[in-house]
Amino acid sequence: MIESVVKVALPVAESLHIKRNRFNGEVGGKRVAIVTGSHGDELEGQYLCFRLAQEIETLKIKGKLKGTVDIYPALNPLGVDSITRNIPPFDVDMNRTFPGTESGTLPELVAKEVLDSLAGADLVIDIHSSNIFLREIPQVRMDEENSKKLIPLAKEINVDFLWVYPAITVLNSTLAHSLNSIGTKTLVVEMGVGMRITEQYGEQLLEGILNVLSKLEVIECGREFDIRTPLISYGEEVHFINSTHSGVFIPKIKHWIGIKKGDLLGYVVDVLGGEILHAVVSPCDGVVFTLREYPIVYEGSLLARIYENRSCERGQV
Amino acid sequence: MKKELVFELASAHREKQEVFAYTFGRGERSLAIVGPMRGTELQQLYIASQLVKFLTQIEAQGKLAEGIQVTIIPVVNNYSMNIGKRYFTLDNTDINRMFPGYHEGETTQRIAGKVFEFVKGYQIGINLTSFYMTGEFMPHVRTLQTGYEDRELGRKFGLSYYYIRETHPQETATLNYNWQVWGTKAFSLYAGGTDVIDNLNAQIAIDSVIQFMVNMGWIEGELSDINESVLIDDTNLHIVMSKRAGIFYKNREISHYVKEGALLGEIIDPICGESLTQILAPSDGVVFYTHSEALIFENKIAFILVKRSLNEKYS
Repeated sequence: MIESVVKVALPVAESLHIKRNRFNGEVGGKRVAIVTGSHGDELEGQYLCFRLAQEIETLKIKGKLKGTVDIYPALNPLGVDSITRNIPPFDVDMNRTFPGTESGTLPELVAKEVLDSLAGADLVIDIHSSNIFLREIPQVRMDEENSKKLIPLAKEINVDFLWVYPAITVLNSTLAHSLNSIGTKTLVVEMGVGMRITEQYGEQLLEGILNVLSKLEVIECGREFDIRTPLISYGEEVHFINSTHSGVFIPKIKHWIGIKKGDLLGYVVDVLGGEILHAVVSPCDGVVFTLREYPIVYEGSLLARIYENRSCERGQV
Repeated sequence: MKKELVFELASAHREKQEVFAYTFGRGERSLAIVGPMRGTELQQLYIASQLVKFLTQIEAQGKLAEGIQVTIIPVVNNYSMNIGKRYFTLDNTDINRMFPGYHEGETTQRIAGKVFEFVKGYQIGINLTSFYMTGEFMPHVRTLQTGYEDRELGRKFGLSYYYIRETHPQETATLNYNWQVWGTKAFSLYAGGTDVIDNLNAQIAIDSVIQFMVNMGWIEGELSDINESVLIDDTNLHIVMSKRAGIFYKNREISHYVKEGALLGEIIDPICGESLTQILAPSDGVVFYTHSEALIFENKIAFILVKRSLNEKYS
């Protein structure tokens, strides 16, 4: 059933309307919510929501839906429909406005209503797709504070990587932090790249979400899932590779394969002069889980993130 | 005056970005002024340019006190300014959410790091900045509540208000916050609008910086007859939200004194032209902020009043 989460009038003959699709099974079952689209340029969650809605509807018809599944495909509908990361025209990052407030501005009001509608769920999965600059291997990110309770769930969601990082004050206003801090378990998934859909990643995560829904007895799937065992980083093994020059980045490796210290990752080049400015090499053995997608770079632009792991074989996943 | 390169940044195809500081006098690192970090802060650019002009004249006339050093970075983000974009050209990040910066980090972290390295250690820091939403503020000076904020010094600008504001998590990465953590008395100067030059409010802001320097004994000049600023915090403000969306018609401007119930503005149906709602003053007060665009959203801050009775004003 399509339900209204929040509806606020816009100035000229339109409303900002955030909707969810609620699939109700048996009364008293657990509730899991899938949310995406708080950043308008992140579209990987669109495919996932579409496929999940198909799967859950089928299970419901067969009487296999035992709990409630809520799908929120666009927390920032104005942004999603206008290729705008932040909430237009405010240019406010929605994922920095939580928990929001009823008496606040439109982004804060919307954040409050969204948070209230999710609070108390047994699990929330917030799907992101990095931004237009970086491609991410399917992964779950979480801060140390919440890692104990979240890692067991994250291991079931069929991602390749779990990244546990130290708490950062500026991230206190994210949806995930706000929900976790009131006891609503929330996983943040990052996968793919902005403005694109990677069907393969969508199908991979779909399997993982169906697996989690089965484990939580929200659905009776009748299937065994072949769930990947993710690599887990506790922060200190992650190397950030930033460009030393401004120019154009040409990658020379594939995403999510093993590399050795000194392997060439790519070049930053001067197009006008035909010159290689920076031959980017790996500082360690490991695997590239973030790789730059958008070629134009400035000095400092992130080119790759590598998870250091000596057991990774060159060219192997 | 000494012109120094704060940082330079190459680009794939544009001319390299070069950001300079202009330093006046020699001696104790007394005052650092940082101009616009957003490409839309044109009012702030104008103010910074006028301060460079003023300080150049003062120094030439020998009116800058012995042992005082003042530095000013008139613009940090000219790159975005030249293409009409508020945040950084490529990745749309806000330099003023990247402090104290990180020399090995992303581009705007490096820019923030270079700027901070240059202005760190000054006794006083002033950031010429703007509100995240469009609109007009009464020229005022504010600082973030950090535990290090100075409750008196900000009153020496001679503006009507010195506003100490509670810090939100994302503001821990601003210049104001980090200046304070590293021992500088930091102030953010708001001067009317942002993307247009508003001469009257710009002049008030320029005068306030000059007044501050006079008050500190750093330059020769006459002390203004304006009383020291009134110290306010969030409890002194009345935020008036729009209850409807539509065309915004403003009846009152910043600095106006209003009585409870006074008509501040009106929201008009953009199709039928009928009044949807009147915005009334919830208390006596001074109009501190107004929305300035033709359209207004529901739950947008339409006005901010400083709660204050007319009697108090004239007593």
